Amino acid sequence: MIGGLFIYNHKGEVLISRVYRDDIGRNAVDAFRVNVIHARQQVRSPVTNIARTSFFHVKRSNIWLAAVTKQNVNAAMVFEFLYKMCDVMASYFGKISEENIKNNFVLIYELLDEILDFGYPQNSETGALKTFITQQGIKGQFQTKEEQSQITSQVTGQIGWRREGIKYRRNELFLDVLESVNLLMSPQGQVLSAHVSGRVVMKSYLSGMPECKFGMNDKIVIDKAGKGGVTNEAGKSDLGGGGSTSGKQSIAIDDCTFNQCVRLSKFDSERSISFIPPDGDYELMRYRTTKDIILPFRVIPLVREVGRTKLEVKVVIKSNFKPSLLAQKIEVRIPTPLNTSGVQVICMKGKAKYKASENAIVWKIKRMAGMKESQISAEIELLPTNDKKKWARPPISMNFEVPFAPSGLKVRYLKVFESKLNYSDHDVVKWVRYIGRSGIYETRC
Amino acid sequence: MTDSKYFTTTKKGEIFELKAELNSDKKEKKKEAVKKVIASMTVGKDVSALFPDVVNCMQTDNLELKKLVYLYLMNYAKSQPDMAIMAVNTFVKDCEDPNPLIRALAVRTMGCIRVDKITEYLCEPLRKCLKDEDPYVRKTAAVCVAKLHDINAQLVEDQGFLDTLKDLISDSNPMVVANAVAALSEIAESHPNSNLLDLNPQSINKLLTALNECTEWGQIFILDCLANYTPRDDRESQSICERVTPRLSHANSAVVLSAVKVLMKFMEMLPKDLDYYGTLLKKLAPPLVTLLSAEPELQYVALRNINLIVQKRPEILKHEMKVFFVKYNDPIYVKLEKLDIMIRLASQANIAQVLAELKEYATEVDVDFVRKAVRAIGRCAIKVEQSAERCVSTLLDLIQTKVNYVVQEAIVVIKDIFRKYPNKYESVIATLCENLDSLDEPEARAAMIWIVGEYAERIDNADELLESFLEGFHDESTQVQLQLLTAIVKLFLKKPTETQELVQQVLSLATQDSDNPDLRDRGYIYWRLLSTDPVAAKEVVLAEKPLISEETDLIEPTLLEELICHIGTLASVYHKPPSAFVEGSRGVMHKRLPARTGSGEGTESPDVGNVAGGSAPEAAPSIIPSQGDLLGDLLNLDLAPPTTTGPPPPTSGMQMGGMDLLGGGLDSLLGGDIGGSPAMGAGFGAAPAVMPASLNAPVGGGLGDLFDLGGGVGMPMGAYIPPKTVWLPAMKAKGLEISGTFARRAGVIQMELVLTNKAMSVMTDFAIQFNRNSFGLAPAGPLQVLTPLGPNQTIEVSLPLSTVGPVMKMDPLNNLQVAVKNNIDVFYFSCQYPISMLFVEDGKMERQVFLATWKDIPNDNESQFQIQDCHLNSDAASNKLQGSNIFTIAKRTVEGQDMLYMAIKLSNGIWVLAELKMQAGNPNYTISLKCRAPEVSQCVFQCYEAVLKN
Repeated sequence: MIGGLFIYNHKGEVLISRVYRDDIGRNAVDAFRVNVIHARQQVRSPVTNIARTSFFHVKRSNIWLAAVTKQNVNAAMVFEFLYKMCDVMASYFGKISEENIKNNFVLIYELLDEILDFGYPQNSETGALKTFITQQGIKGQFQTKEEQSQITSQVTGQIGWRREGIKYRRNELFLDVLESVNLLMSPQGQVLSAHVSGRVVMKSYLSGMPECKFGMNDKIVIDKAGKGGVTNEAGKSDLGGGGSTSGKQSIAIDDCTFNQCVRLSKFDSERSISFIPPDGDYELMRYRTTKDIILPFRVIPLVREVGRTKLEVKVVIKSNFKPSLLAQKIEVRIPTPLNTSGVQVICMKGKAKYKASENAIVWKIKRMAGMKESQISAEIELLPTNDKKKWARPPISMNFEVPFAPSGLKVRYLKVFESKLNYSDHDVVKWVRYIGRSGIYETRC
Repeated sequence: MTDSKYFTTTKKGEIFELKAELNSDKKEKKKEAVKKVIASMTVGKDVSALFPDVVNCMQTDNLELKKLVYLYLMNYAKSQPDMAIMAVNTFVKDCEDPNPLIRALAVRTMGCIRVDKITEYLCEPLRKCLKDEDPYVRKTAAVCVAKLHDINAQLVEDQGFLDTLKDLISDSNPMVVANAVAALSEIAESHPNSNLLDLNPQSINKLLTALNECTEWGQIFILDCLANYTPRDDRESQSICERVTPRLSHANSAVVLSAVKVLMKFMEMLPKDLDYYGTLLKKLAPPLVTLLSAEPELQYVALRNINLIVQKRPEILKHEMKVFFVKYNDPIYVKLEKLDIMIRLASQANIAQVLAELKEYATEVDVDFVRKAVRAIGRCAIKVEQSAERCVSTLLDLIQTKVNYVVQEAIVVIKDIFRKYPNKYESVIATLCENLDSLDEPEARAAMIWIVGEYAERIDNADELLESFLEGFHDESTQVQLQLLTAIVKLFLKKPTETQELVQQVLSLATQDSDNPDLRDRGYIYWRLLSTDPVAAKEVVLAEKPLISEETDLIEPTLLEELICHIGTLASVYHKPPSAFVEGSRGVMHKRLPARTGSGEGTESPDVGNVAGGSAPEAAPSIIPSQGDLLGDLLNLDLAPPTTTGPPPPTSGMQMGGMDLLGGGLDSLLGGDIGGSPAMGAGFGAAPAVMPASLNAPVGGGLGDLFDLGGGVGMPMGAYIPPKTVWLPAMKAKGLEISGTFARRAGVIQMELVLTNKAMSVMTDFAIQFNRNSFGLAPAGPLQVLTPLGPNQTIEVSLPLSTVGPVMKMDPLNNLQVAVKNNIDVFYFSCQYPISMLFVEDGKMERQVFLATWKDIPNDNESQFQIQDCHLNSDAASNKLQGSNIFTIAKRTVEGQDMLYMAIKLSNGIWVLAELKMQAGNPNYTISLKCRAPEVSQCVFQCYEAVLKN
């Protein structure tokens, strides 16, 4: 199990050091600094073995978090824990920075004491932690006995993510379908790989312990329903629609993972998503699709080398969705060789600029409707070099945001049942939004 | 309020000020002071002097302050055990607190204080807390048992905590169950045979129920524990799998990987024709692919595991090639792993895409990645025959880029392609030869030389090319030297008329001027072969090579099985068994996959035996033998590290016969054939004139008597023992340092070795072997290193030697070439032993015999030496020498000059006679040595000098 946990600033100074196991000595702190933080070459692995001690590290801005062990620990768990630790800290005091860590070191020690015991991760749900780890340490003394046992039963209980007795005047639900569409395309326009990784993010302000059921146009469910002759529930839904461009009835989901509130065995057997939601913000599920993805943009590059000192680049982008919809925050990044001396750019729409420090031409367009195209052409002057090595030609990458789900996912329903309190599914105000963003959206040139 | 100010107090007298503040009456001030103390502790300052003052702050209502004090206690209690006792009362009191959070805090902290006296006081509170009404306290107490066990295992057993812990597995609260499982698993690891967890269908059922209800971390503990269970039959196995599969949809990657581990393991037991088996296989792919959209660090862990899974069950991910395509912004560690998996998944169906990708990668920036990509192209060619042609043309394109490391890498893989598809792509040789000059890496040079030698008949200027390498022969690495030797011999056999000078040159370079035993041995073999039977030489050297196998660098099957049982853990990331990086008893237990069981009556599938044997259901591809069991082949190994792209091709002609050749020919080469030409030229019908007589010259004459073997064991006597010197520096031997000396004790020659492990991993499986040497020294027993050698550990071993081993004249005569093997590699070094080790105890001689012998030995064999700066009188010298079995036979005094006549008998029966002249007042002695084998004189003289001066 985890033997110790250290946090360093970018210089390698220790900000937090908590040792859980006797086999980890103080020298481990220095070993990591010397061998990893101060190492000359780039980090070649997130797991480092120094003198039979293993170090796992993640970096957040310029802060290093390192977990140390001498045993054969579950490596995936250690990294998951480190991410979780970052989440917990972020939800307590915002950005993870040297300043914030120093300002909250007492709190961090308190958290580390609670969420890791002898190196075993314990409950790390911020909702639960915030009920008893507060920065006003005296609170514990004023709790009533009931409150105390409520805390402990929540921390250890089956529904560790939600406490009882939550009340809202207005029961409200916000549901965002956030997708990032990833593409790798060959210069000839052949799709080398494409996938959508999506998340369903919710904000729920519901009273009591509501039981929720979430439905989407999952191909397996729809097909099953169709076969069984069951009436399509989508008809009754008040949530359908969204902004999707395709008329697709259902989508094939390659794989999905769920928040721990979702009953996995029920999904496995019936493919239904039912859960008691945490209060406030949380991510309900993640999913991945690879079939029939709507690629919102197509990039057509044309690079021509004119002699040894000049490159001509022409890039056309085409938007591929309903003309009534608008894409936003479009940015095309065209890499230039390292020995570029000057660039002339002409573009039809938006603004383009050569950024020498980033070795790229950055072309920005604020908005673009569907089924349109636009073009940029650039002349790149090169300094003659005698470097034998060819320029690696990094791919042209693109960023954008579109108001639909490129996977074609649609929310069919989200039902809320709370039998003990007197509000029904119809009383809950529900909001749904679809946002498609570019993930790694690259076209080789 | 900002706490960062606590980090900045660095003024002097700080401790004193803090002391005052800690004893302040104001609560707020006290708290501030404790925070400062903790901040100082964090940055590594020693604040242990404040111990009593901090402990005094423990009795407080303020929970935050209390936690800080506890934190301090955990850090310093061990250094101040007596004062730590002061805290006991508070702990015991807190364990009775009405607030469950405080009870838990107390028991949690107490377990972290590793002071015996505190541990004693811990037992009662712990017992209560294990049965506490509040689950939060119980789950904390469960972990505390593991803590206590780590401090004092006996105490935990005596107090019966293990039984209580076992009871907690049936607790109503899932988190208590999870922590109890974690604690028990850890304790069980240090008692491999205790059956502590006592997994049976009932307890497994409880665990599976808790699995649905506990936190993500608890699920991991439970799944990891389940993975240690072996179901009784395939039905049970299937029912567990069914209940574990829903975990594959968990958001936590560690839960997913642990579930994969359980499924991979239990799947072994399912009959393959079962529908469920196929369903399960299908279910495994999507979650594994999803892991690749996690954060890069987790991707890395996932990829390392997928690498294992793909080797064990390639069918799972065979359609998922695309997801392993490298993204431009992937961290380098992710890129390298993806590449590795791409090659493993490459097949005829997807090869076009893979090749296009690899070509793309070969133009990237990172040198390691580019190299690996180029190498991958070669591996594709070998793996998928249909693609070979395209791979070769891709490689040629890459060679045209003239990027140095790309060219070198490409040449190395093209050599392997030649091995796989002989006589198919030789048209590219010309292009390769153009790049000869740019090769500066041994592997690439060796590969190129191999190609030139192998295809010498098609390369017009092969002799020139090889000759150009010969100029700097001694500066080349061994790999290149061996390759060059073989290549030139091949060339000679193919084009004898033009190349005899070249072959002579390389043979004499290899045999006379090199002190590398492998090179020399190979040189002698060729020499001998060429001089006795050129037809045989042709058959041996130009033999058809076995094709190299298509799958390379697979993990050895038993290791792979063990690693599958460790999916998700560090072992699976390192691809090493836990015993290789974990100290002590933990994790040393080797895990195995369960054997497949028939489902009761006679439905055993025909491949049961195969599967039970542990090999993959698909015929296991052949593997390059691991180094572990190669002791027998020690001398047959090339010095170069094993190539990852197939068995070292150039030597392959000899691989099977190598050992035999080494064993056979040499003795007669040394003994019989001296100066004899009858064997030579006979049967050399093809080219009778080409074998020059000088071929036999370096063997030299007159050695016959030196090699008359004779045993010799004598009486005990203290002999001179030279000080230990470093024979093998750690730098050259992956961290193993060997120093040592030789001694003769009670008539037994001993090699006294000091082995030091300066590496980070444990070394085991030591063995030693000598190359044949002048006096037939050989180990009389195995190297007695019974315990593994941990990092920075040193061990002294004494190895008795015999003198009945194989004999070969060495230069210098007392040179000994040694190979030491451990679990990491085989290392070679040479050392020189004082010849006095070989002086036997029965070396006395009658005066008359001495005189007669002295006269009998021709004067040509006499050599004279000066020993300078020696201040012993003749008696002292005589005594001293006698200790090393140099016996004074007679003494004469002529004109103030003492003359000592001495006799020495070597273990092989050679006599050395000596006359030592010493003049009173003159510190310089003159010594004359006479021996029938005058080669030994120099060494004997050195012994005189060493013995007399020490």
